[in-house]
Amino acid sequence: MTVLFGVFLLTLAVITALAVVHTRNLVVAVMLLGIFSLLLAINFFLSDAADVALTEAAVGAGISTVLFLGALAFTSDREHRRSGRRWLSLLVVVSTTMVLIYATFDKPRFGDPEAPVLKHIGPWYLEETPKYIDIPNVVTAVLGSYRGYDTLGEVFVVFTAGIGVLFLFSSGGPRSRSNRRQEAPGNQVGLGDEQLLVVVGRLLVPFILLFGLYVQFHGEYGPGGGFQAGALIAAALILYTLVEGQQRALEALSKRALRWLMVGGALLYGAVGLAGMLMGSNFLDYSVLADDPVVGQKLGIILIEAGVGMTVCGVLLTIFHAFVSRGRIR
Amino acid sequence: MAMLLDIVSWVLLSAGGAFVLIGGIGALRMPNLYTRMHAASVTDTMGAVLVLAGVMVQAGLSLATIKLVAILLFLLITSPTSSYALASAALLAGIRPDAGRAADNTTTEGEDE
Repeated sequence: MTVLFGVFLLTLAVITALAVVHTRNLVVAVMLLGIFSLLLAINFFLSDAADVALTEAAVGAGISTVLFLGALAFTSDREHRRSGRRWLSLLVVVSTTMVLIYATFDKPRFGDPEAPVLKHIGPWYLEETPKYIDIPNVVTAVLGSYRGYDTLGEVFVVFTAGIGVLFLFSSGGPRSRSNRRQEAPGNQVGLGDEQLLVVVGRLLVPFILLFGLYVQFHGEYGPGGGFQAGALIAAALILYTLVEGQQRALEALSKRALRWLMVGGALLYGAVGLAGMLMGSNFLDYSVLADDPVVGQKLGIILIEAGVGMTVCGVLLTIFHAFVSRGRIR
Repeated sequence: MAMLLDIVSWVLLSAGGAFVLIGGIGALRMPNLYTRMHAASVTDTMGAVLVLAGVMVQAGLSLATIKLVAILLFLLITSPTSSYALASAALLAGIRPDAGRAADNTTTEGEDE
């Protein structure tokens, strides 16, 4: 039954992806991408990957839609009709697809109990996590501790994306700066006189924030963690910006503070790793952070998850504010 | 007793599914944006409420039911709001409510026939 449902959802996802490619209206494409992300999120959930599903729903369907729409405010919402010389791209895509399909022949069947990952490393994680780290959500243990290097890399990727967007938006030269000044009175973000939306938005913001904090600090026990929490908190603050206007939002959390959040999260993560080294063990080994290795692991995971959350939230909000300050969003 | 609960939740879930189906057909078949929204709103009011109620009957008195109630409250607040936002945006974009020959196209002034 689950497999049937999964196949149905994946078929829908393929149809949505084709529709995204087909449509010339970029706003429609953005909406379809949101639907695509939701379908993927449900599919992840069906495969019992609740953590990934939560991330996909929060980032894919939520924040990236907002950011795409923000980007569209700079450009036309129609795709240019490109002519000629698409054979090369077609060739590349088809050959890549062939290679990927060929690669799947070597992969174990879906849910195969004989798969290598279920033979060696998976059972080890499940059996040894209570002994070494003692938290119920093994996914968090894998992400935060066993595969701490990978997560550090992901945080740096997010951080680099934030730096990249800041760089793009600040390097426009004098011409764009004068443009910005001219546009400044016009680009008032906010729902203004839409009273109903303002009231409901104000009602929702604290609950989304609370849920974000819950996801952040409950990540050891249930699905969740820094990535999801950062995205949720950023979503709440974006809603706050839409409701109250950018002025108020920046008074609450200035761009400078956001940049510190972004840098501080990555620094915190790295510092926890270095602290492990200074206390006589390997980089990102948390066991030495406290007298009891298990307590040390827990402490380390809480700290690095906080770092992840700070960076993700800071980067997403920085990108959003960069779009809003420059865009013609009304 | 368990049998009775199963029947009740089965009826609720089927009714909810039927409303979702009706909403889906309506969203496909209705002639213009506002009537389509009207049809689609059946899914997030009756459809969602009945399905969630059916699941609540299955869950019994547990933490899951409390979570479902919270989801229901959120849906009841957010889905009318998003419908309102959609209709308001459509009106701003210049789409007039015009159900065939209905008399509700006087709501936007300054637009010619």
